[in-house]
Amino acid sequence: MSGAATGETAGVEWRLAAPLGITYLAFFAAPLLILLVMSFSVDDNLGGFSLAAWAKFWGDPFYRGVVWDTLRLGLVTVAMTSLFAYPIALLFIASGPGLQRLLLFIVLLPLLTSVVIRTFAWIAILSREGVLNQALLALGLTSAPLNLLQTELGLVIALMQIEMPLMLLPLITVMRQIDPSLSDASRALGGSKWRTFRKVILPLSLPGWIAGATLVFASATTAFISQTVIGGARLVYLPTLIWQQAMVVYNWPFAAVASVSLLVAVLAGVSLFAMLGRFARTTA
Amino acid sequence: MPSPDLVTASEIQSQPLTLDAISHSYGESLAVDQVTLEVKAGELIALLGPSGCGKSTLLRIVAGFINQTSGRVVIADRIVDSLPPNRREVGIVFQSYALFPHMTVAENIAYGLEARGESKATCRERVSEMLATVRMEGFADRKPRQLSGGQQQRVALARALAVRPRILLLDEPFAALDKNLRLDMQIEIKRLQRQFGLTAILVTHDQDEAMSIADRIAVMSKGRIEQLGSPVDIYDRPETLFVNDFIGSSNRFSGVVEGVEAGVYAVRLASGALWRIASGKPFAPGDRVVATIRPEQMALTDGATPESIPVTLKLSLPIGGELIHDVETSAGEAFKVAASRRPGEPASPMAATHCALAPHARPVLFPQPAA
Repeated sequence: MSGAATGETAGVEWRLAAPLGITYLAFFAAPLLILLVMSFSVDDNLGGFSLAAWAKFWGDPFYRGVVWDTLRLGLVTVAMTSLFAYPIALLFIASGPGLQRLLLFIVLLPLLTSVVIRTFAWIAILSREGVLNQALLALGLTSAPLNLLQTELGLVIALMQIEMPLMLLPLITVMRQIDPSLSDASRALGGSKWRTFRKVILPLSLPGWIAGATLVFASATTAFISQTVIGGARLVYLPTLIWQQAMVVYNWPFAAVASVSLLVAVLAGVSLFAMLGRFARTTA
Repeated sequence: MPSPDLVTASEIQSQPLTLDAISHSYGESLAVDQVTLEVKAGELIALLGPSGCGKSTLLRIVAGFINQTSGRVVIADRIVDSLPPNRREVGIVFQSYALFPHMTVAENIAYGLEARGESKATCRERVSEMLATVRMEGFADRKPRQLSGGQQQRVALARALAVRPRILLLDEPFAALDKNLRLDMQIEIKRLQRQFGLTAILVTHDQDEAMSIADRIAVMSKGRIEQLGSPVDIYDRPETLFVNDFIGSSNRFSGVVEGVEAGVYAVRLASGALWRIASGKPFAPGDRVVATIRPEQMALTDGATPESIPVTLKLSLPIGGELIHDVETSAGEAFKVAASRRPGEPASPMAATHCALAPHARPVLFPQPAA
């Protein structure tokens, strides 16, 4: 706008971005638009206009419950991953290069295995006759096997392992950039380790946490395979509901409403984290 | 309200610091080797040495960030080895200043006070007092990134001094400042150190820095203290060749001891010149030695004397008020001669055929190092 040079630069950038941009328009934005139109349609031919699907979805406490369960699953997974990620990240930045490589490998391991295999492995671990229950029984920590499969706790445990890299990688990246002498300064000024973490490390690592929390939340709320395989028929989340409505019941407008609701719910969650981050940074 | 100077002066009690036979090794390598150092109350000692000489490790040991392999740190007659860094009451100014970037200047200064559980009113009062002390009133609500390097350092000083530390540690505090600002900050730190009566350790690799503000300098090499003394001592009477080379510039001449008379050695240089050098070190006639001399203690002449070295003048550089002459002997040994330059004197080479000792020259003798 201000000069020829700016226009020139913008032109080059646009041409470079064109292949991806056109792909997005054709295969992402357009289908999304169709989905939105579909949710207001009478049938799967995009015919007519009706609020019936929306009224049915949001009028029924069961479906509202599914939305809430999905959001809660995301939030709990984010909370649990954060709780475990911070100690690992602190250990990572405090360790030498050799241990760092090992830790990074362990952290990345879940990404190197197929989702289906990981999920079935968790069944072997979490089931009533599984490794975890046998260990707990052998140690005498429980008298009867715990019911972990088809519970939110079991699902969160499995999701935590799968989503951990998504939280840890951004967190570690940001925490490595924090000048180590800031912790030293805090300690020398009389700050305890906990105070140093709370007042210095935590606020400065927030950008990494927000990125991680966003990824984990979006990924946990839409983790169709984990949700269906570990959650089973007892736990219903939005992705499962969408699949059932679209592929089993064949009610496409209703599936579209659920899809748009999931999209909005995830976006709401993501913006919540961004807002939390901004709030924390201004008040810390 | 009483003036800040009066309040602080009466509150502060200087504390001595003793390092007792401190050694530290990282795995196999010995970083600090049996260092013993007594810092008197209110004294500023510089640990001066090249990188890797162990000076930073020693500083981190005093601060409590590293637990030494052996030896003791004693602050005011109390062994502090078992105390974590937050209970040693040691103030540190870091090379990077290490101001908390997400806090304002005032919050940075108040950090240590809040960590000690001081009341909000005390914090507010002390913060404004410290801002006045470092002449940064009006910057309380700025963030560190909005400040210049010198201003950041003032805040870092204010933050370290706000908690009334017993010992002040300065870790290369001037390294990130540009040259003009450096001297101002050196004066500022010296002023505050005096005003607060602080026992201080300055870690630096810059000899000018150490010379300008330290009461005593400990020159370190390979984990050991090579020499401890006043800046003048270190410069005029280096005890080892390492100290001689590390501090200032100097010329080296190898020679052989021909005789000794009342502590003055007659040394025949390779060029044939005969120098008479006083030394407390024991040498015997026939010993191979190295005589060192500062460039400003030599002079160019055009007449030969028994102690002069025949030279050719290669180059003369006017560096401020000095002329640095680059000369070479017939054997191809190059060395430097410095002379103060008279205003208006050109830098062009003068006619000179010989180089002699200046009237008050004090060359220093060392045994020839093993090749």
